[in-house]
Amino acid sequence: MSVTVLLQLVENGLVLGAMYGLIAVGYTMVYGTIQLINFAHGEIFMLGGFGALTVYAWIPGVAHLPLLAALPLMLLGGVVVAVAAAVGAERLAYRPLRAAPRLAPLITAIGLSLALQQVVSLWYRLPGGGNAKAPVAFPSFGGKAFNLGGVLVQRADLFTVIAAAVCMAALAWFVARTRSGRAMQATAQDPDTARLMGIDPDRMIVVAFAVGAALAAVAALTQGLRYGQISFDMGFVAGLKAFTAAVLGGIGNVRGAMLGGIVLGLAEELSSGILAHFRDTAQYGQAWADVWAFVLLILVLLLRPQGLLGERVADRA
Amino acid sequence: MTALLSVEALHVAYGRVEAVKGISMRVLPGQTVALLGANGAGKTTTLRTLSGLLRPTAGTIRFAGQSLERVPAHHIVRAGLAHCPEARRIFPRMTIEENLRLGAFIRGNEDLGPDLRQAYERFPILGERHDQMAGLLSGGEQQMLAIARALMCRPRLLMLDEPSMGLSPIMMQQILRTVAELKDAGTTILLVEQNAQAALALADYAYVLETGRIVVEGTGAELLADERVREAYLGEG
Repeated sequence: MSVTVLLQLVENGLVLGAMYGLIAVGYTMVYGTIQLINFAHGEIFMLGGFGALTVYAWIPGVAHLPLLAALPLMLLGGVVVAVAAAVGAERLAYRPLRAAPRLAPLITAIGLSLALQQVVSLWYRLPGGGNAKAPVAFPSFGGKAFNLGGVLVQRADLFTVIAAAVCMAALAWFVARTRSGRAMQATAQDPDTARLMGIDPDRMIVVAFAVGAALAAVAALTQGLRYGQISFDMGFVAGLKAFTAAVLGGIGNVRGAMLGGIVLGLAEELSSGILAHFRDTAQYGQAWADVWAFVLLILVLLLRPQGLLGERVADRA
Repeated sequence: MTALLSVEALHVAYGRVEAVKGISMRVLPGQTVALLGANGAGKTTTLRTLSGLLRPTAGTIRFAGQSLERVPAHHIVRAGLAHCPEARRIFPRMTIEENLRLGAFIRGNEDLGPDLRQAYERFPILGERHDQMAGLLSGGEQQMLAIARALMCRPRLLMLDEPSMGLSPIMMQQILRTVAELKDAGTTILLVEQNAQAALALADYAYVLETGRIVVEGTGAELLADERVREAYLGEG
């Protein structure tokens, strides 16, 4: 196995991991503020993709712009749809259950996840009358990949990595430097004492949902660009992987989510890529990629249940 | 003089268990009022109800002319009632200065420079270590931080819940001296303290709670002389 092949796997893994990390931040922020695993977050990601596609397909003229000029508009559309859906879900589905037993909002989240998938599958329409029951085409960068000493870097890969880096820098700045960000950290560390400081917990919860949704929308845009299509059920596997990444990094820890995403992406690409490379093990390669990702999750849960950067053992289910 | 805080027939329950069974009390501006009693008497429950973390089942709370029974906690601190909670509850994974800035959260984007300087003058150790994680401080230093944090919102009434709990004798003396200095500077204080001797020496007025009811009240000097109080709380008799 040549070094170039190995480096190509690393490149794929980093890009995939950056995308997982962007989604994972949403799980970890919501968990950090209200200890809820928002299993509908994968669908928020999916809606972000459809929001971006809607701008591209339905707003006259956008499809004729150069893709780089259309991207900011699509991103805006995706973020608006994802944030509206996440904030709406919090207000209508989760907030009424704030005092209910832990299981109730969890099951609500699963129900919401299925409902959102079906809504898009049944009712989404493209300008030509096409629907979203099957995957729908998403614009992608044409052009040749960059060749770095034999390692191919697709344009969408570059976009993904840059987008993830910008988002994480902005998030780090928000959490550490702004008043709202510090208030959010305070709420996560000690909700009652945060209230004594004058911090409205409901507002912080909305902020956590909104920020997570915005990053998920960015992730959806990168996924659409990379694969050239999006689908109503794309949130299921991506959401599960991102959830894995969040747990891997230490749920509740924002930097951990990004690290967990990258570790997961690398592990998935390297294990399946290396196995696929040798004839004896080839059958356990690409087809088993998801298996290796979840094996990693199981190992981490067994050996380091608090996650890579987790500071406390999960004492609350 | 009109009371800054007046509580009438306050009842608080956890589910069906009533922890506070109809207490009435007043705090006048500038006064230091102590709330004494054994563990489980309802002192902390009372403070948590006053600051809005718990809801009363009955009774009224009036603070600076405003009814607080239905006001959420994050608005009560805006009315000028600061609560320095039991067990300090500093934010461990934030720096000392970040903790202090959170104490002034309600003041928005005001310049906090003078207040920070004042906090560091009062507690020099906090100034020396202002960019360290608060979780690394000793118990006594965390208590200093908790008090300094509560003062950052410039409260009209400062509620201190067992500030000397779990501290070494020397540290306890220092914290109690700080409370005395705040009192001398004119701060209105509602103090819950298990060190009854020290609390009564500081207090203008005091209430003794037993299983959710006030059993004795009076000025600090009166209670220090009271037989029952001496027996039950000052380890005499």
